[in-house]
Amino acid sequence: MTELPRIPTGGGCREEPILKQRGQREVFCGLTGIIWLHRKMQDAFFLVIGSRTCAHLLQSAAGVMIFAEPRFGTAILEETDLAGLADAQEELDKVVDQLLARRTDIKQLFLVGSCPSEVIKLDLSRAAERMTEKYAPSVRVLNFSGSGIETTFTQGEDACLASMVPVLPDTDDRQLLLVGALPDVVEEQAVSMLEQMGIGPIKVLPAPRADSDLGLGANTVFALTQPFLGDTHAALERRGARHLAAPFPFGEEGTTAWLRTIADEFGVSDETFARVTDAPRARARKAISQASEALRNKSVFFFPDSQLEIPLARFLTRECGMDAVEVGAPFVHKGIVGPDLDMLAKGPTISEGQDVDLQLDRCRAARPDLTVCGLGLANPLEAEGLATKWAIELVFTPVHFYEQAGDLAGLFSRPLRRADLLKLEAAE
Amino acid sequence: MKLTVWTYEGPPHVGAMRVATGMKDLHYVLHAPQGDTYADLLFTMIERRDHRPPVTYTTFQARDLGSDTADLFKQSLQDAYDRFKPQALIVGSSCTAELIQDDPGGMSETMGIPVPVIPLELPSYQRKENYGADETFFQIVRALAKPMDRTAQLTCNLIGPTALGFRHRDDITEMTGLLSDLGISVNVVAPMSASPQDIAMMGQAHFNVLMYPETAETAARWMERELGQPYTKTVPIGVGATRDFVAEVAELTGVTPYLDESRLRLPWYSKSVDSTYLTGKRVFLFGDGTHVLAAARVARDEMGFEVVGLGCYNREMARDVRALARNFGVDPLITDDYLEVERRIEELQPEMILGTQMERHIGKRLGIPCAVISAPVHVQDFPARYSPQMGIEGANVLFDTWVHPLVMGLEEHLLHMFRDDFEFHDAAGPSHHGGHAPKAQSADGGPAPQAAPSPRDTSGPKNIESTVQVVWLEDAERELKKIPFFVRGKARRNTETFASERGVEEISVDTLYEAKAHYAR
Repeated sequence: MTELPRIPTGGGCREEPILKQRGQREVFCGLTGIIWLHRKMQDAFFLVIGSRTCAHLLQSAAGVMIFAEPRFGTAILEETDLAGLADAQEELDKVVDQLLARRTDIKQLFLVGSCPSEVIKLDLSRAAERMTEKYAPSVRVLNFSGSGIETTFTQGEDACLASMVPVLPDTDDRQLLLVGALPDVVEEQAVSMLEQMGIGPIKVLPAPRADSDLGLGANTVFALTQPFLGDTHAALERRGARHLAAPFPFGEEGTTAWLRTIADEFGVSDETFARVTDAPRARARKAISQASEALRNKSVFFFPDSQLEIPLARFLTRECGMDAVEVGAPFVHKGIVGPDLDMLAKGPTISEGQDVDLQLDRCRAARPDLTVCGLGLANPLEAEGLATKWAIELVFTPVHFYEQAGDLAGLFSRPLRRADLLKLEAAE
Repeated sequence: MKLTVWTYEGPPHVGAMRVATGMKDLHYVLHAPQGDTYADLLFTMIERRDHRPPVTYTTFQARDLGSDTADLFKQSLQDAYDRFKPQALIVGSSCTAELIQDDPGGMSETMGIPVPVIPLELPSYQRKENYGADETFFQIVRALAKPMDRTAQLTCNLIGPTALGFRHRDDITEMTGLLSDLGISVNVVAPMSASPQDIAMMGQAHFNVLMYPETAETAARWMERELGQPYTKTVPIGVGATRDFVAEVAELTGVTPYLDESRLRLPWYSKSVDSTYLTGKRVFLFGDGTHVLAAARVARDEMGFEVVGLGCYNREMARDVRALARNFGVDPLITDDYLEVERRIEELQPEMILGTQMERHIGKRLGIPCAVISAPVHVQDFPARYSPQMGIEGANVLFDTWVHPLVMGLEEHLLHMFRDDFEFHDAAGPSHHGGHAPKAQSADGGPAPQAAPSPRDTSGPKNIESTVQVVWLEDAERELKKIPFFVRGKARRNTETFASERGVEEISVDTLYEAKAHYAR
């Protein structure tokens, strides 16, 4: 029998009160997700309809020029577009014509709404419908909003995936759908383990190409690989698919619980489950115990960023021996992170939303050993003597499942190890 | 609506942030949606600043629209004042807030904040980052600086340096020393390092040194008019310009011209025999107007390069850059479209680019060495070591920086001689650079990583190749490969042009050498 993670004896955090504040939010907008989504979907182009600020954000978040061939761009609104909206639709047609004529490899085009396009109420769904008709069947045109007034950082991926769900064909096939954009190496590991258990067919959303055979229906069950996919979750349920709620596959414990939930759904025996998972579980435990040495009995404070905070706090407290002081998330969706909250022992403040100045006051008062925060805060906090981990790296780096569990612990321990390694005083 | 892949400049409120972040005891309350806070990381990550930019964002969300975004602004302004107690505030809108027309300036007037609150009107859909910085600095100076008695000693203000500026930190140090040698002290450096109280004291300087016209020209003109302070027109980047600057300051103030050249190495380095390999190297220049104007002179007169093209991305400097291009006999390129710059570089096939981080990327793709001379900045443009662009040490830095990407002197010849040597071949790249693992020779034999098709494919007309189809015969193709890689592109191009102009459809070894003789002049 697989030993399953135990609920903390003092109770979990699911029913704990949540500290909600509003004020300045030091977070990215949803456009940022384009940086990894455009690499994941290899025949997709993301066209932001926005301002120079949007273009500048994408460029700054990507690091200037790291990609030889970006499949994203910004149609920058100009004074003339703001004067009359009919013009803006025509202008957009022109830009898209120009783009698709040059890039015949593009099979999916996402029109991405931004703050300015939302404020002037530029109807991108109408534009997407019109263009889908025009370019069918070679290009599918969809739209979603990555605007800062509606989305926070990883919610951009959620909005993108949710926009794809309604146009997927129907199927009655019994199938497992893994939902969330993961690095290929990680995705392949997950699929391979599940297949070794005899589970299949397995599909992934987003599929790497538009012409995949992905369909949806009442016999589809789905597992989320990322905790920020609330709208996608709702859209899939509207199509009749059923969610397998589980802790997220971070660390040995989370991965086991996540796999076990799927295995139970597909009637996998304990022997089979053990045969597939015993070796990687042992490897993960060993790797975590090595990588987490520097983390034991250290305190951690999470600023809200990617919505990964609650599952990661669960991993750090239970598997790496850390104490969580505050776990801040932009949103707490209990239907999705509930199983992780159940396993996170009572104690830390769970906060949702942000007033960054007040939160910084709390952080300085607590003086945690490690602060997980965005890039705008990290160096200033380091300069105050607080070790930090930039949260964005957790979204870009392969950290899911057994084989990456040690790397995940390593991401958190590196700032602490560095503090020990640097010796900049005179030797005497 | 304009399709944009990469941008040279951010929006104007980022320019305002550069001013605010450079200053002390000033706070910027920016009416902006959540997400615009990304701009903080430009300063904390690229420039490695150890403090958050002094900016409070109202971070309104969709649910606030139409109800209380104005209240949100007022609350944010009050909170920011109470928490940070700045000597002055600047207030304004980002692109989205501009659309909802809450009028931060008007609202702040009614709130009784006991320090100056300076409103900014920065049209986000028309103007860009440099304009934003220039306009913000101007508004701050206009609001705070007053005519006053001159200092007893000869003093000047250094104006223009901002946060996230290209080597501004070190230029300030270099200029302060150079002026000190002339017996002139610095009254205020602004915006970088100045507080609003310092700005109020700017009027006591005898004149202004306008370091970067991009960010301070409007303020310089205003101070000339309202405070009676003349300003310097020469930007002292390069040996000649530095000497001109000293002469200009002497003229302006009556001091005896003096320049300590004991540390100046550029002129001798350029004259030393080793540097003959620099002579006539074909360079293309692109960046902000100020740095391009200065670099063009250095390139031609102080390094012996041939300037084959130049341009700038900020239209505010277009007139000066066009005039310079005329003087150099080349076509100016005034554009903020990265794809156009790439096309121009492909056409001109320079042997070296002096550009921005954008051109460095273009150069990487085309296999052309590039040295960076201008913003937009990258974390690499904030070196730990002292590395100014201005003055004597600046000239030394220019020499080193520009020579670094090139294959040097004899090495160039040896690469040519021993092209088939297994270690010492074209694709090995300059020996003083790491990371040149031997790569498989591509059909072109070029040393550059053959990147995926570039973003140029996303817009604009394709580069039209010569109309006549010319074919390279095998022996000519082989001969072409014997030409060093750094001029091979140019040789190929010239030969093809030569052939197609004469209706020659097959290029033989003879055609190649006839073309060579033709272009040898």
